[in-house]
Amino acid sequence: MTTDGADFERRGSAPVIAPVGPRKLAKVPFVELADGRLQGVVSSGSDIERVYVSSITAGDHGLSCNTNNNRPCGGLSGGSWACNHLRALADAAVAQYGLARVARYLKADLADGGDDLWSGLHTTTAPNRAAEVFASFLRHLSYLEVAPATDPLPELQWFPAAGAVR
Amino acid sequence: MLADALNSTPDGFAEALTLVDGLDDALVQGLARIDEDRATVLESFAAAFGGSPLADRIADTIGKIIAGTVTDEHLVVLAGARAALLGAAHDALRVSLDAALGRSRAAWSDSPVVSDNGHLLAGGRSWLRELAIAGWRGVDHELAGGAAQAVQSLLAAPGTRRLAVLLDGFAAELKATAPVATLPRIPVRRWADLWTRALLLSQDGYPHFEATPIDGRLVLLGVDLHEHPTVFQAQAHGLLETPDGTVRLVRTSVAAAKVDTISGPSAWRMLSAFPIFRGVVAEHRTVEVSGMGLTPAGDLIWDESRAAAGEPADPFAAARVRLGSATALPAAPLDRHPGALAEPVLLEGYGHAENAFDLGGGVSVALDLDRLPAAGPLTPALVGSSTACLGLLRWDGRWLLQPLAVQAVVRKKPVAAHTGDWALGPTEAKAAKAEAAAGTAVDVLRERAGRLLRK
Ligand SMILES: [Zn+2]
Repeated sequence: MTTDGADFERRGSAPVIAPVGPRKLAKVPFVELADGRLQGVVSSGSDIERVYVSSITAGDHGLSCNTNNNRPCGGLSGGSWACNHLRALADAAVAQYGLARVARYLKADLADGGDDLWSGLHTTTAPNRAAEVFASFLRHLSYLEVAPATDPLPELQWFPAAGAVR
Repeated sequence: MLADALNSTPDGFAEALTLVDGLDDALVQGLARIDEDRATVLESFAAAFGGSPLADRIADTIGKIIAGTVTDEHLVVLAGARAALLGAAHDALRVSLDAALGRSRAAWSDSPVVSDNGHLLAGGRSWLRELAIAGWRGVDHELAGGAAQAVQSLLAAPGTRRLAVLLDGFAAELKATAPVATLPRIPVRRWADLWTRALLLSQDGYPHFEATPIDGRLVLLGVDLHEHPTVFQAQAHGLLETPDGTVRLVRTSVAAAKVDTISGPSAWRMLSAFPIFRGVVAEHRTVEVSGMGLTPAGDLIWDESRAAAGEPADPFAAARVRLGSATALPAAPLDRHPGALAEPVLLEGYGHAENAFDLGGGVSVALDLDRLPAAGPLTPALVGSSTACLGLLRWDGRWLLQPLAVQAVVRKKPVAAHTGDWALGPTEAKAAKAEAAAGTAVDVLRERAGRLLRK
């Protein structure tokens, strides 16, 4: 962030979203902080047709994990102890957004300098959100099918391409 | 001289921005909660338009909003008034910069074709109204996500892509920062800018300007890259020489939808529909253009079927010979805004100061190093050792130079680096390796999309 020049509040190009960190996508193809949840999709280790749809609610830290066919995850099985899918989801979110942003979003109670997201979560169980999260994943993928464009997009002057993390 | 323009502020400029700030501050708490102090500020905003054609409508609107009524019509008047002030600020900056650069600019003369996307616009408008009423501080997860459906339908229609891309980028910022009430600092001007533009674009009959087919030779000066979580755009600035001998300063752009996990050099992969564009950018070639559309605002509408790669041409040499005498084109009326200024310049013979070029005589221009993209080879170190720089002069609270290309001396050897050099993939070994690894992300997602979306 620029320290001299105009204040952050009065800059048209004030940076709001930090560039996302690069990460491998094979295990966790989709992660987002949306609708008051950290949510995403985790590949099954054994079956390429199956994915797990996992989420953690902000504030209450309610856990949910189901297959895309709406079967409950055996590893979570209605409990409040995170399964491997939820752990993989949280790891991917931290790699992509950084621990600070994920912790703020979930309202996790991290000690100063704490580096374990789970230590700041008071987990409980949450209702199944697989259908909504999976729909969000499909919407995410559908961007890859949108036709390219050549008409002017003047508002993109407000959106410079992400800088290198230097 | 350029230094004079960079050092001076046009008459009335500060006053105009103070009025804009007053309105922007009201959007922080929301129009449903106008306290006495903000009411006073808004009344002086209205008073500033006294004697203008908008005077009555603005006075009436501000009165109604202070009294607690916020309708779509009131919001259009507010957005229009804010755009008028910033349009005037844009004009003042542009006139002084053009004079300093000795740049001649065509006058705006085109009349608009009225666009007809009416049925698609209501969803976006209602979200923008809710935002204005709640204020940025009132944005929670639900409100931040409220544009999703509108964006989907706007993205699907060709005539509303521009609004879809804007709303999606704006919504992503609100989603990333919700609940905004707990955010330590709010980007007040930025969000008011985005809100205003989106609101105007959401009106029926937003003016649209037709492109005219043109033949000629395009010499590229440099490439500017734009991105938000769901879009990547490469915009080339260049000199278009037409058979009648005219040289115009133009832009041409290609954009693709993407997702947030695709960023940095691998974002170029999303532009695979434009092999000629990527090739001429990476190889610094001229483009033979036949029948490509040029808008009155200087946007050449890129079309691969109307472009052919020509000879290699050094952008620095082209700028030295031709940039000074090229004719620039005016901004479309509703696009006039200080933040939209991106004026190509060539600077040489400067000294180096901290994050700035020293132009001599006690004048320096700050460098916009936040605009050095990961998708290209330019680094602050290269800029810091440069002897010549092709860049865009921008204004964001002060003048800034965004480097697009530099000539520098590294270990006693002359080198040149351009933002678009990696359009066909990074040319530097370490970056190429990282790109190959990150590029598999694109393949993974495409494979998933193929498997799941076509079930
Ligand atoms: Zn699970």
